[in-house]
Amino acid sequence: MTFMIGENMVGGYGSTDILNGCSICVDLGEIAVVVGPNGAGKSTAMKAIFGMLNLRGGKISIDGEDITALAPFERVRKGMAFVPQTHNVFNSMTVEENLEMGAFINTSPIAGIMAQVYDLFPVLKEKRHQRAGELSGGQRQQVAVGRALMTEPKLLMLDEPTAGVSPIVMDELFDRIIDVASTGIAVLMVEQNAKQALGIADQGFVLVQGENRYTGSGTALLHNANVRKAFLGG
Amino acid sequence: MEMLLNPLALLANFVLVPGLAYGSQLALGALGVTMVYAVLNFSNFSHGEVMSFGAMITILSTYWLQSIGLSISPLPTALLALPLGILGTIGLCLLLDRLVFRFYRHQRASSVTYLIVSIGVMFVIGGVIRFVIGPNDQNFNDGDRFLLKAREFKEISGLSEGLAIKSSQAITVFTAVIVVAAIFWFLNRTRTGKSMRAYADNQDLALLSGINPDRVVSITWIITAGLAAVAGTLYGLDKSYKPLVYLHLVLPIFAAAIVGGVGNPLGAIVGGFVIAFSELLLTFAYKKVAAYLFGEGLFGDGLLQILSTDYKFAVSFMILVVVLLIKPTGIFSGKSL
Repeated sequence: MTFMIGENMVGGYGSTDILNGCSICVDLGEIAVVVGPNGAGKSTAMKAIFGMLNLRGGKISIDGEDITALAPFERVRKGMAFVPQTHNVFNSMTVEENLEMGAFINTSPIAGIMAQVYDLFPVLKEKRHQRAGELSGGQRQQVAVGRALMTEPKLLMLDEPTAGVSPIVMDELFDRIIDVASTGIAVLMVEQNAKQALGIADQGFVLVQGENRYTGSGTALLHNANVRKAFLGG
Repeated sequence: MEMLLNPLALLANFVLVPGLAYGSQLALGALGVTMVYAVLNFSNFSHGEVMSFGAMITILSTYWLQSIGLSISPLPTALLALPLGILGTIGLCLLLDRLVFRFYRHQRASSVTYLIVSIGVMFVIGGVIRFVIGPNDQNFNDGDRFLLKAREFKEISGLSEGLAIKSSQAITVFTAVIVVAAIFWFLNRTRTGKSMRAYADNQDLALLSGINPDRVVSITWIITAGLAAVAGTLYGLDKSYKPLVYLHLVLPIFAAAIVGGVGNPLGAIVGGFVIAFSELLLTFAYKKVAAYLFGEGLFGDGLLQILSTDYKFAVSFMILVVVLLIKPTGIFSGKSL
């Protein structure tokens, strides 16, 4: 059975619907990527799955349990972690404090999981006493992902993790994301760099106007002539 | 030598010692205002009356403790009653949040709405206080009056100017240091304190980390209430308790919080002392100091006072205007708990 399923989601901000019945799912150890043109509702779908948006229709379940009615902080306890696109670190707090806050719901010792995060992102260990707001864009993004991993999530959701970072840093981040998925965590991300993202995706969703236009494995979508023409620039 | 020491003793007696005590009281008050601003995002104008409420509960408890004969002489009985005052104030703040502020928080009310709401709350608390304890002066300081008497200082030092330290001033500074240290330790070292800073820094991300917002809000009110009760009681011990004075006190407290950079606890403390010392330095009569330094009669008969003490509230606002013109964010840039 698929780990996380968001089915026929309908909803938006105010009275207009942005999501018109799209469905997104991801399984443990897999990477699912949501791509699509601007305004397709990619980020909105992520917010809906995390409970930051009230749905008018559809349901969201994790590990077979219906969580549609739960508040975001309750979903964190169900094993979900979310990295927003912007404002995704505590600027006034040090790197280490950011990670500690990520592990807020963990009452057990966190040294072990923190060491794992430092292994994944060695640069963070160097800068652990520096304020997150003083770091470069790429390093801040690593803090953001590290903070999310501190909850020891089963599902990691990333909203455009590579927005505004250099191509080298982007490749590096994608490598880290593959590492994360290989530990058995389900990864769901929205990406602007559709080609590279679909390259590492087990499952791809192409959204247009809040609906699923194409769904398939990453490689299948990369080779789909229509997808290439419309979204990947030929 | 004496020519220099005498004016120094004079300044210490009338500016330094009272400034340290008054500055500590303002700093504790401003710390409460700044915490509410950082975490709950609004300017709580009812803070002065909350301080008054805390002092009132402490005073009533003091009278009760005196009636059953408990005393910790030479310290004032009020220190023994202070925990009860803190508890009562915590109760008031949590009740106010439940009845009033929570409603507006869930509405995501604008800061102007909050401002008006808090002014309304201010008047209600003020009314309750006048019902319970009346509008008159309450003298509840039963401890030793002086730690160092002016006459003793003259005998020890051989100077002609005295330096007196009231025990309430010493208690104020001592308590303020302990309370401020405890607050900083709490915010920077404990998990709960860090979660408050995280919530103040980035509310959405705090929710994503599983931090329970209701808990953070409650803890903020508990700390604010504690600070208010301590500040209100210390001010009452030092200068006698009168409800109307606390209504006025909210002005220099807000000036202190804004001057320091509202939302920043360190700024609140620095701002408190900046305002306190400016008030005292600008309203102090320098006539005697000048007489010691330059001889009698050089400056005529004037008191050499920059402003009459009637204008002492204006000083806070002058400082406020100057700081906002030069550095609008306050001395320390605001909003990072």
